[in-house]
Amino acid sequence: MRYLPLTPKDRTDMLKAAGVKSVDEFYTMVPAAAKLPKLIDLPLHQGEIEVERALTRMAAKNHPAGSGPFFLGAGCYNHHIPATVDHLIQRSEFLTSYTPYQPEISQGTLTAIFEFQTMIANLTGMDIANASMYDGATATAEAALMARRITGRANIHIHGQLHPQYREVIETYIQSYEGVAVKNSAPDENAACFIVQTPDFYGEPQKLDALRKQCTDSGALLIIVINEILSLGLLPPPVEADIVCGEAQSIGVPMSFGGPHLGFFACKQDYLRQMPGRLCGETVDKDGRRSFVLTLSTREQHIRREKATSNICTNQGLFALAFTIHMSLLGEIGFKKLARLNHEKACALADRLAKVKKIKLPNKTFFNEFVVELPMNAAETVKKLTAQGIIAGLPLEGGKLLVAATEMTTESDINTLAEVLENMCAVAGVKEVA
Amino acid sequence: MSLADRDRGLNIEENLLFEKGANGACGVDLPEPKNSALRTGFEPRQKVGLPEVSEPQVIRHFVRLSKLNYAIDHGLYPLGSCTMKHNPRLNEKVARHPGFAQIHPLQPEGTIQGALEVIYTVQQWLAKLSGLPHVTLNPAAGAHGEFAGIMVIHRAHEKKGKVRKTVLIPDSAHGTNPATAAACGYQTQTIPSTKDGTVDVDAFKNMLNDNVAALMLTNPNTCGLFEPRVKEIADVLHKAGAYFYCDGANFNALVGRVRPVDFGVDVMHFNLHKTFSTPHGGGGPGSGPIAVTEELAPYLPVPKIVKHGDHYHLVSEDKDSIGRLKGFNGQFGMAVRALAYMLSHGADGLKQVAEDAVLNANYILSQLRELYHVPFSGTCMHECLLTDKIQKAQGVTTMDVAKTLIEYGIHPMTTYFPLVVQGAMLIEPTETETKASLDHFIAVMKMIAEKAAAGESAALQNNPVSSPRKRLDEVRAARHPVLKWTNQGT
Amino acid sequence: MSNVPANLKYTEQHEWLKLDGDVATIGITDYAQGALGDLVFVELPVKGKKVKAGDSFVVVESVKAASEVYAPISGEVIEVNEALVKSPELINSASYEGGWICKIKASDKGEIAKLLDSSSYQKLAA
Repeated sequence: MRYLPLTPKDRTDMLKAAGVKSVDEFYTMVPAAAKLPKLIDLPLHQGEIEVERALTRMAAKNHPAGSGPFFLGAGCYNHHIPATVDHLIQRSEFLTSYTPYQPEISQGTLTAIFEFQTMIANLTGMDIANASMYDGATATAEAALMARRITGRANIHIHGQLHPQYREVIETYIQSYEGVAVKNSAPDENAACFIVQTPDFYGEPQKLDALRKQCTDSGALLIIVINEILSLGLLPPPVEADIVCGEAQSIGVPMSFGGPHLGFFACKQDYLRQMPGRLCGETVDKDGRRSFVLTLSTREQHIRREKATSNICTNQGLFALAFTIHMSLLGEIGFKKLARLNHEKACALADRLAKVKKIKLPNKTFFNEFVVELPMNAAETVKKLTAQGIIAGLPLEGGKLLVAATEMTTESDINTLAEVLENMCAVAGVKEVA
Repeated sequence: MSLADRDRGLNIEENLLFEKGANGACGVDLPEPKNSALRTGFEPRQKVGLPEVSEPQVIRHFVRLSKLNYAIDHGLYPLGSCTMKHNPRLNEKVARHPGFAQIHPLQPEGTIQGALEVIYTVQQWLAKLSGLPHVTLNPAAGAHGEFAGIMVIHRAHEKKGKVRKTVLIPDSAHGTNPATAAACGYQTQTIPSTKDGTVDVDAFKNMLNDNVAALMLTNPNTCGLFEPRVKEIADVLHKAGAYFYCDGANFNALVGRVRPVDFGVDVMHFNLHKTFSTPHGGGGPGSGPIAVTEELAPYLPVPKIVKHGDHYHLVSEDKDSIGRLKGFNGQFGMAVRALAYMLSHGADGLKQVAEDAVLNANYILSQLRELYHVPFSGTCMHECLLTDKIQKAQGVTTMDVAKTLIEYGIHPMTTYFPLVVQGAMLIEPTETETKASLDHFIAVMKMIAEKAAAGESAALQNNPVSSPRKRLDEVRAARHPVLKWTNQGT
Repeated sequence: MSNVPANLKYTEQHEWLKLDGDVATIGITDYAQGALGDLVFVELPVKGKKVKAGDSFVVVESVKAASEVYAPISGEVIEVNEALVKSPELINSASYEGGWICKIKASDKGEIAKLLDSSSYQKLAA
């Protein structure tokens, strides 16, 4: 087997050196009932040809975004990834290295993390950022728990339209705690935090002044959640926030059926010691040379154990690097340009759909995603469009459809969608509206 | 930087991209926006705070940074309990197929049947390897899997009408265990270890009562030993109405040879980035699937995958489930990689993985036990534990041994863990090392022991001197945290 | 050999106490700071906090560890050493003077008698 370097002679020599006759002697402590008498009932080993064939067959059953018009968003976006990004993250020294616990030989990873943290802090307008979280939903849940620790208060308040899956994850995280309520109202004296997604789940960017005031008056922390991080290239940074967290998958990370993605987490300086996740800081070595090192580990599980700020061990290292590389390519100029392009594509989509009779566009504002109100059932519509090779967006209740446009959306895609919808809308009303 | 502080030979000194000056360069070519009226409701953002560099500069920067890193592809990485095995490149190739990389989790089911098949197949393999029939791939990492597993247990007790308050955890456990128990609302009680490095079963039995919800046990444990009385532990635990959670971080010793269900496990997690070769990526992503008994299956997180004939179906709502653990699905990209690995090794290969891993660790143990203190007698499993007891008397600590390994071109083993011994050195070579690689490691460790015995502690305390950085001032980093670059100079 | 001033009281958890009327100044001993190594952070209690003898009420952090400090006596925290916020290393360099942690107004002076004197503590801190 190609991944097993030991030869039969090696094994014989090593068994002899270890003073045993066979490998079985290392397993004497295992209870007889747990020792398998023969191989587990699974296929035997295979070479690359067969393995690649098997996986390619499975991949071929999926419809990738590039194979037709594609308008799905809802927290996971179809963006372009420059060839450089994937090339660099496949370098052995990045791909196959471990968490940088030995900083003397991990300055590559640590420097990149420091650059990542700087970018996230700058993007969000916060003082500090960590080395990444699993994803936007878990980052949001961790932010809520952090707010509870800081304020000593119980409840989690949510404003408006938070991604439903983010809400579900918060509920999962708090289910074993007593006396915690998740509320949809303005924060009061029992509110630990007020969570606001912007742009919200329906794509509307949120004005934060009034929400900031509500938090200041009630003493709750303002948590801003952003799951299309590209929006920060066109919208102002949420400096009103105490914590900014969310999903950075849009930059450098493939959609990959929902994972791995890239959570980010940033906050004001005051809350540093309550932050979950890994932190990379600057220092010097014995010779006074600038160096980077994982720091403030006393928050984390391997030191505080049951008193840790979180049980998190891993971050999303390789994809934080992918983000950093992609952002480096985009830079100050390109990031803002890309954001504006996305918005203009969404405007073009909106303009074209506005021409379709019986379609309504309820959004007053949007970045690159908005709701379309169809005169027929959205879920049924999506099914029919799928059959024609069009991934039309996320059906919500009734006739509501959530659509996103990115720099990958072409004029042809927009026209195709619009034309098919035109035909469907023309006969709608003849059938029942769900 | 003066010229003296720049590159020497192939030794790199690389500054930050932010320090390369903002000169209006851009590493992508995008169409010019029309700059039409905005419909965002806000004025356009002014400053973001990003570098301005071209593609060649970006590639050069990150390639130069990469040369400052050690990696598995570079050499032995004997980190105990981390299982730093070879990361096959076939895994990377298949994961990048557009049919896997460019699919959205919310696409209509008919368009992602292949993705569901991948997840379902990995679940089947893990079920067979553990003997626990129901699996979820949703947890994003090992600690996340622990959280899921303990929450499943919590839900099971809730359904039985009595929510118990305590989880028992050995003192040798990884820090994620008590942190997870606390995150699930439990109190933890610590079970002492015997002088043999295993769980004190009598102490454990005394701690059992009807308020104990579960035991979290790593087996083989963090001392590299199989718990010999594990069946007895499982039996009394079950009699007390509690569940057995097995931390599967050390599954590399057992895979294909021993099934955890057969020693009484109710829930276990796997680390795909350990046992199943998915790359560590400098700190993630990981993936922490869990497997459970039939009884606990209803409580698994959503989404769940069910199969009807040839069709796979995602179930996103399930009132018995503990709920959703993260957005969308699990770490699908890591599942693809793990599947390629499983298919490549097969049942026979995986068994050989466990045996070679255990043999490699025992070989190292046999060659070093004269020169280093070995706290527990007998053989080990896939990792061996030494301490610095002998060297400390010579003025040399585990830290010095580790930093001297760096000096001699080898990444250190896990140090100061587990906490049950002083000055722990936990060594896990994995099965993908050649005998020559192990012999080299052994030779360097022997040399260090000899230097310590010869009174060369000062030199050892000075190590490393040849690596890109010498020992760092970690106190300064913690006292005066600087966590980002700013224009004023950091 | 650690420094153990004769005029102070001590606990088995390596705290020291200096009584002045009914106000006790508290810190950790030279032995404790040596065992912890360079301190990087001190989590001070809030002024006004009421503590019982034996309660964990302060956390001192080094790079690799976080240790709890226990109240030697019951009472109310009336003053904390703000200098430790910027300079936690004062505990290392001057554990009995500039590195004092806080002052507790004793609610039960009888508890003082239960503390160790310097010669008893010296045996622990050898």
